[in-house]
Amino acid sequence: MSRGLDVRANERHFVELKDYIESIRDSQGLLMQTLHKAQEIFGYLPIEVQKFISSELDISLAEVYGVTTFYTQFNIEPKGKHKIGVCLGTACYVKGARSILDQLAKELDIEVGQTTADNLFTLEATRCLGCCGLAPVIMIDQDVYGKLEANNIPEILAKYRD
Amino acid sequence: MNIYRSHVLVCGGTGCSSSKSAEIMEKFQEKIEEVKLDKEVQVLATGCFGLCEEGPVVIIYPEGSFYARMTVDRVDEIVEEHLLKGRVVRKYLYRESAKEEKLKALNEVDFYKKQERVALRNCGLINPEDINEYIARDGYFALGKVLTEMTPEEVINLIKDSGLKGRGGAGFSTGMKWSFAAASKSDQKYIICNADEGDPGAFMDRSVLEGDPHSVLEAMAIAGYAVGASKGFVYVRAEYPIAVHRLEIAIKQAKELGLIGNNLFNRAFDFDIEIRLGAGAFVCGEETALMQSIEGKRGMSRNKPPFPANKGLWGKPTIINNVETLANIPQIILNGPEWFKSFGTEKSPGTKVFALGGKINNTGLVEVPMGITLREVIYDIGGGCPNGKEFKAVQTGGPSGGCLTNLHLDTPIDYENLTAVGSMMGSGGMIVMDEDNCMVDIARFFLDFTVDESCGKCTPCREGTKRMLEILDRITEGKGTIEDLDRLERLALNIKETSLCGLGQTAPNPVLSTIRYFRDEYEAHVNEKRCPSGVCQSLLKYIITMDCKGCTKCARICPTGAIEGKVREIHIIDQEKCIKCGACVETCTFHAIIKK
Repeated sequence: MSRGLDVRANERHFVELKDYIESIRDSQGLLMQTLHKAQEIFGYLPIEVQKFISSELDISLAEVYGVTTFYTQFNIEPKGKHKIGVCLGTACYVKGARSILDQLAKELDIEVGQTTADNLFTLEATRCLGCCGLAPVIMIDQDVYGKLEANNIPEILAKYRD
Repeated sequence: MNIYRSHVLVCGGTGCSSSKSAEIMEKFQEKIEEVKLDKEVQVLATGCFGLCEEGPVVIIYPEGSFYARMTVDRVDEIVEEHLLKGRVVRKYLYRESAKEEKLKALNEVDFYKKQERVALRNCGLINPEDINEYIARDGYFALGKVLTEMTPEEVINLIKDSGLKGRGGAGFSTGMKWSFAAASKSDQKYIICNADEGDPGAFMDRSVLEGDPHSVLEAMAIAGYAVGASKGFVYVRAEYPIAVHRLEIAIKQAKELGLIGNNLFNRAFDFDIEIRLGAGAFVCGEETALMQSIEGKRGMSRNKPPFPANKGLWGKPTIINNVETLANIPQIILNGPEWFKSFGTEKSPGTKVFALGGKINNTGLVEVPMGITLREVIYDIGGGCPNGKEFKAVQTGGPSGGCLTNLHLDTPIDYENLTAVGSMMGSGGMIVMDEDNCMVDIARFFLDFTVDESCGKCTPCREGTKRMLEILDRITEGKGTIEDLDRLERLALNIKETSLCGLGQTAPNPVLSTIRYFRDEYEAHVNEKRCPSGVCQSLLKYIITMDCKGCTKCARICPTGAIEGKVREIHIIDQEKCIKCGACVETCTFHAIIKK
């Protein structure tokens, strides 16, 4: 479990979120948009942020939590500095994405969904990234690496370790 | 306005952007300024050209020269030779277009020859971030035509006449859908564009949004006029940042020119469009789940009826159309239903965009008339399987579809035929597999996907697919029995019959179709505990061949001490002790250890 968010240290972020909520208050179905924005601001959606959204939008915490955990893109745990997404779309899968994923798990010594002890990398399996022409593909933060083989992995990771 | 003599079109689709097409574009701009051609040559980023395999792609008009697999350091030479001296740089052209003495133009190469571009007509031709380029290609003319010359009934009848069917998968008549919503009485109705393209291996909707976003916005406004809706939502995956960005620009530009907003074409018709982002839930591509998500709830589907056309978003009549369906509409309005019906088959008129991927030479996006055969798509356009491997199967329709074999290669592609052979059209993903792919493993892969994406509301889908996955896991681990195949089939039929929404009703298809067409592979797994394609890890054996020199390296690295042998003698692996980690294969310098 996360250690909890220091609400006072993040006051600025709560103000920013509140401003956003005020700016869209006239439209309908606000919860999803608010969660997207909150994750952009805080990086993830700890329970403190969910409570804040619950009281601002007047939606029960149970429902906010329910929606947050339904969608895979919303995270309630903090992520590592670099997010590694291994595409497990069909095109990548038939071209050997599984061995790329296994190699990454081995190199980082973590399993899918986990973060390394030094908080540097989070390893995730993602849905189709839509660049099937480059299969198999991984994405580290905003950079896409395509046409990979398992032995390319150490070299790529090294770039992010400095 | 400046008239340019040459245009350099750089693909800005997701595939090419991932291989740094933005840097190539910058370099072109830089170099063109350096040689003072910037008044004569324009550099543009466009949407996807389709042939992603050869990316990053650059096309120079008026010649139509197709430069493939571009790199930044080729730019100088191309600018100096081609743009300055007028000499096409043959060695960098797409190999097929430079094969013969006379250069082949873009539309003459095999990949494009059989294609008919309706939904993709502007992709790769216009700058998607400039509304004027869309207007120059007759953009918003169809909206003008319906608002000034046609009644809503006439619009609906025209779409009905065209025979256009929803391109998202199920293939329901678009015109019929519109007429239901038009008949519902309500103070407020909605139009939703379903851009939650979740099928792994399908990226046509994303390419339309990235390459021609206005065609979708225009069609939404036309639909709004036809059914009496004043508000539209585009529900798009958050995983598609480029598409979202271009949609935002497109909506802003259309509003500035008064093509979206109030009192359009002075006809007292208002239409506004908002973007809503998904958050990574496959089930939200199902229309009732999608509406829940827009309302800000968990995306769980519900029973139909009531259909969305009667009771949809916030209980109001709602039309939900897929991106590709919408992209066809302005062209149908402008050219008429007869023109549209001139493509395709009697029951399925028009074209369909497919995303070709997997073990195929020309990976990319193709738009072909309905009725074309799988053989034409896979061999004539796609160029067959690479590295001389043998074609084994093609998977259509994503996790809802099935695997087809070479028996089906001459089946004309349309909604009815694909369903009849146990697959479906789906959104248009087409993944080719060769002899190295294990069909049991592929079925397991798709089921793993649906188990993960089931929303959990109805029992058959939530529990049933999980049980099926457990059986498949057993089979791929060599613990399956022949009775498991019957169990799988029985469960699959029950789940199809009793699930609440399309996700569960179609989830067993990949399993059923692979059992139907590749039963021998399943039987090899359960009877002989063998994976014929050598994919299922637990069924593999590591064997040391005669090439072994007896260097003892493998015996030393084996974590379980399963390898025995003396120096300079052939080593042997004890299969009982072997945990199949593969460490020996990696360490062997003589390639003497094989997986079998």
